This record gives sequence, C-alpha cells and structure tokens, in this order.
Amino acid sequence: MLTSIKTNHLTSSGQKLGMMYFRVAMVLFGAQLLMGLIAAIQFLYPGFLFELFDFSVARMVHINALVVWMLYAMIGSVYYMLSEETEHAGVAMGLGKLAFWVLTLAVTVVVLVYIFIQIGPGKESTIWLINEGREYLEAPRWADIGIVVVVLTFYWNVFATYMAGKKTGIMTVMVANLMALAGLYLAGMFFTDNISMDQYWWWWVIHLWVEATWEVFVGTLAAYALIKIIGARREVVEMWLWIEVLMLFGSGILGLGHHYFWIGTPEYWWEIGALFSALEPVPLIAMFVHVLYDWGKEQGGSGARETVKNNPAMAWLVTNAFGNFLGAGIWGFFHTLPQVNIYTHGTQFTAAHGHLAFFGAYATILVGMMYVGLQGAYGVKEMKSTFNSKMAIFLITFGVVGMTVALTIAGYEQVLVERAELGGGWNAFFTAQDLPWYIQAQLWRTIMGVVTLVGFVYLVIDLLTIGKKAQQAEA
Amino acid sequence: MAQENLSVWTSIPFWRRSAAWVTGFATILLIWLTFDTMGQISMGTDADLQQRVTKRVPAATVINYHIEYKMSEKRGHEVPVIGKKEPFFGKEWSPKEAAALLHLGKLTSQAKNCMNCHTLLGNGAYFAPDLTKAWLDPAWQKGGALQPMTGKSTVEEAMSEFLMHPSQYPTHARMMPDLKITADEAKGLVAFLKHMSSIDTNGFPRNFSKTVDQFKTGGTNAH
Repeated sequence: MLTSIKTNHLTSSGQKLGMMYFRVAMVLFGAQLLMGLIAAIQFLYPGFLFELFDFSVARMVHINALVVWMLYAMIGSVYYMLSEETEHAGVAMGLGKLAFWVLTLAVTVVVLVYIFIQIGPGKESTIWLINEGREYLEAPRWADIGIVVVVLTFYWNVFATYMAGKKTGIMTVMVANLMALAGLYLAGMFFTDNISMDQYWWWWVIHLWVEATWEVFVGTLAAYALIKIIGARREVVEMWLWIEVLMLFGSGILGLGHHYFWIGTPEYWWEIGALFSALEPVPLIAMFVHVLYDWGKEQGGSGARETVKNNPAMAWLVTNAFGNFLGAGIWGFFHTLPQVNIYTHGTQFTAAHGHLAFFGAYATILVGMMYVGLQGAYGVKEMKSTFNSKMAIFLITFGVVGMTVALTIAGYEQVLVERAELGGGWNAFFTAQDLPWYIQAQLWRTIMGVVTLVGFVYLVIDLLTIGKKAQQAEA
Repeated sequence: MAQENLSVWTSIPFWRRSAAWVTGFATILLIWLTFDTMGQISMGTDADLQQRVTKRVPAATVINYHIEYKMSEKRGHEVPVIGKKEPFFGKEWSPKEAAALLHLGKLTSQAKNCMNCHTLLGNGAYFAPDLTKAWLDPAWQKGGALQPMTGKSTVEEAMSEFLMHPSQYPTHARMMPDLKITADEAKGLVAFLKHMSSIDTNGFPRNFSKTVDQFKTGGTNAH
C-alpha cells in the first residue's frame, strides 16, 4: 500500500486521492484498537493509567478514531469509484487534494489535544477548543466547522463530477445519500442547557448516520464492488440497490424512535420506535441474500473459479453481508423493543451490539474497498488471497465476534442483576460490576481484543505487501 | 429491462419511484413528529412550577423543590413528582440564578467529558453509574453510604464535595479521577443532576434502587 505511492498504475487523480484516504484510515483504525485495549484493561485493572490517561480519554479516542477512520475510508471509496462510475476524470480534484491535507492536519491536532489536554474548565471556550463532551461528537466546534468545509469540498468534487459525467443508478443514490449524510452533521453543532433537547438532536446525527445513510452507503459500495469483483449484471445490482434504499430509509428514518424511549420525549415514540426499528433487519436480510445469491450465480457458470477477480475483497464483502445482518440486524433487534430496552438501555448490551454492528456493517466492506483500491493501484488483473489475508480476516472476525459474545454476557448479567433485581443506581451498578460473572466476561473481552489486534497487524502487513506479490505472480 | 412486457417487480423505475416516495413520506412524518416533540420537551417556566403544571422537562428553578420518583398507577411506571420547596445549597435560587447555574453545570458536564464514563439518560459509556436519577440515589441520601463519607449533611453538599475531590473518597477499586472541578462548577453539576432527575423519562430506570438494601443484608424476602 505504501509503495503504491510511487509505483502507481492509477491514472485518475480521484483514485490516487482515494488511496491517500485509505492510508490514513488504516492509521486511525490502529489507534482505535490500541485505545480500545487500554479501556478494556481499565475494566480489569482500574488503577491502570489512573489520573494520567483515564478511561474517559481512552474511550473518547477509541470511538472518535472509529468514526473518523470510517469516514476516511468512505470518502476514499467514493473518490475511488467516482471516475469509473461517471467515466469522467473528476472536477476540481486539486481542491480535493488540498482538503485531504487540511482534514488530516485538523484530525491530528484534535487527537493530540484529546490525548494531552483531555478536558477543560466549564466554559464555552472548552467546547470550542478542546472537546465538546458529547459521545461520538466530541470534536471541538472549530473542528466541526473545518469538517463541514472539507466535506463541502469533497461533495463538490462528487457532485460536479456526477453532473459532468455519466449518471449511473449507483452514483445517483450515492450523490443523494451523501447530501443527507453531510447535512445531518449540522444537527450536532449546537449547545443547549436542556439535556433532553441535546439528546434529541444528537440522535439525529448518530442514528440517521449509522442506521440510515451509512447503511445506504454500504448498499452502494456493495453494488459497485459486486460489479467490479464478480462481474454482476448492473441492471440486477441497481434494481436491488433501489429496493434496499426503499427498505433502509423506510425503516431506518422512523426507527430513530427507538432512541426516544427514555430521554424525556413523549410515549408515542415507544410504538413508532418499536415498529420501525423492528423492521430495520429486513433490508439487511435482503442485502445478505443479494450478495450471496449473486456470488453463487456468478460462480455457478463455466470457468467458475475465475470469476472472482479479487479474492480478499470478496471475502470481506461476504463477511459484510453476514456481519451487517448479525451485528446490526440481530443484535440490534435483541434490545430494540421498549419492554426489553428499559432493562438493557445503558448496559454492556449496547456495547456488544455496537462492536459487532460497526465491524460487521462498516469495517468489513471498507477493508474490502481497500483491497479493490490496491488491485487498481498495482494494476493486477486477479488478486488472490495470501496467507496474511486469510489470517487477517479470520483473526479480526473471530476477535470481534468473541468480544461481542463476551460483552453480551456482561450485559445480560447487568440486565438481570443491576437492573431487574436491584433496580439500578450506585449500589446496584457496583454490585453487578463486581460479580465474577461480569469480571470473567470482561476478561474474555480483553483477550478477544488482543486477538483482534493481532489480526489487524496481519491486515496491515497484507495491505502493504499483497499488491507487489500479485504483480510478481502475474509477471 | 426496457422491454414493455417485463413485470413491474423487476422494473428499476418502479423501485426508484417507490424508494423516493417511501423516503419522502418517512422524512415528512419524522419532521412532523419532531415539531410535536419539540413542544413537549422544551423547558418549562418558573410559573409552571408555581402553578403545579407538569412539564416533561421543568424549568431550572426545579432545583428549589423536593423531587421524588414514584410509581404512577395510571402510567404503570415511576414518574418524577415535584413536591414542596426545599433550600438548595442553603438558599432559594431566582429564575435567573437557577438558569445560570444549570448552564454552568451542563457546560461543565461536557467540558469534563462525563459521558465517556457515565451514562446520562442512559446514553454514554458504561464504566460508571448512570446519572439520570443520581440525585435521587439512596446512596446519597441520609443513611446512605456516600453522604457520611464526605462529612456533609445535605445531598447537594455531599455530591459537590465528592465531585471536587473524587479520588479522596474511594468506594471501589474503580474510582472517579480528579477532574479539577472548581467549587462553582461542582454546584453547577449538582444543579444539572437535580434538574435531570426531574425529567419525565417514561419510567427509566425502572424500580430505581428499590431492593438494594434487602440484597445487601443477605438478600432476601425469606423469614
């Protein structure tokens, strides 16, 4: 991946820019895993880095690195597919490159401030300069504004290129969806003393990103990747994409209601949230069926094995189909009904769902897109999985599933002991946290976190070396 | 796909139009519900409190009142009940003072990154107790474990003392770090917590801290 900076077969400046975004995404992915490991250890040894690098700091960088690496990989993927889909070299790509450096500089400053300054006094200046203190949206306000400017530049690249070039169904969905995705960020950029109001709009960003626009984004990426990797027919893929958009937005937009059960909002959100969020797994089943069906169909013909042009990318795409359905669909449905959620809300159950959903729905397909990018950058006709590719996907998937199972058990214990039995509160919380069942689950979570990290090391090595190996094999 | 005799179920324009209609309809419904919710969760006024008008999110001056969390037969879960006036840090706060204190408290809660260990209204991180009804937690009341530890005689003073020097009052191996919270910021945070406990959260958390004492003394209803 690094050597591809110099020996690059890509001719489009958009695709080169996409590769730059992928590289930073991987660095941030690594940071996310390290921070997660620190936070996991702090559950077991609370004295670890106490009053030096507290859980709140590790956890903040953990979830921010997550969101930002995914946004980087998403932007990278769009830049990568843009010129191929539109058959246009790209409008104002120089500006896009400048925006990349501005964004990367800003992210670096924000992370350094998170790590070294951490918190500030209870003044407006703190939320403008240090940290906004709202989970996932901690980025200080100056950075928010910077992000908006950069994203507008990115959007201009995409929109203007789309208008100037060929308008495929995939790009039409992409352009419309990105507008919603970028616009929603604005809902998180204000301060209010009313915590219910605060949480109401906070969820507009968080939910309408990860349970609506990001999912549609994944649908478009999968559509592009299926055409690219197994030569699926565009008509079939695009028809599925529109059906997915219909079902994802049809369930996901009002599914927002499942976050409005307990934050001070009226009771009618119980019914609306329950109904629509219960439907949210349906499109994920459809996406799962679609990917596997197309794969099976394309493999079934003559010369079957040759049809997959990029094995590691296809492996991650199939993992995405499973992971999205299991992590977002099943683990989400577990606790989406208010009758269940009143006990699970705010327990490790949520963390279990969060881990498998972010990994299954997003990390998988974005890593797949990186392999697609590498194939292009090295000009390889056929990309075969290496030993490292297989170790990477196996260990990371096994690690994340293991963490999810461990956290589910921890959450289940919390639900029963802390909530159902003791009714919540200070004593109930600590009673449940100190039980061997809980501690054992946290231990397994940490072990599985280490497995994930080892898998990540394999992934980095593979991304750095697979291109050259494939090139040599073909030469 | 352009052939006339193809079924509507395999027609891209049909699905494109359907996707647009469904998305548009869901969006309009969400916006309409948002307007209704905004009306219901905007903060009440001091006059509402004086006239006993129940608001889902009361005015900042709710800190001048005694708050309880009681089972409502009608709704089938606990609801906050605002009772008689009681002093908060030894005085009654005017609407202006109360609003300023709540503002300081909310701002401090963000500046100190509370949400990345605790949950507020159940949202945040799961490393430390949920703060939604922390003000009403038996542990902080007279006879609870936390109040005598700080050597204070009211909930608000005990909480603010703890917030200023948390690692001086360890209760478990897992402790709250010293976040350099000033005396004013601590008062603000306690006001923020008291205000949050008065929000109607549809019964979350359920059965709040009801059975802790039984559990600790051997845990049983058996005689």
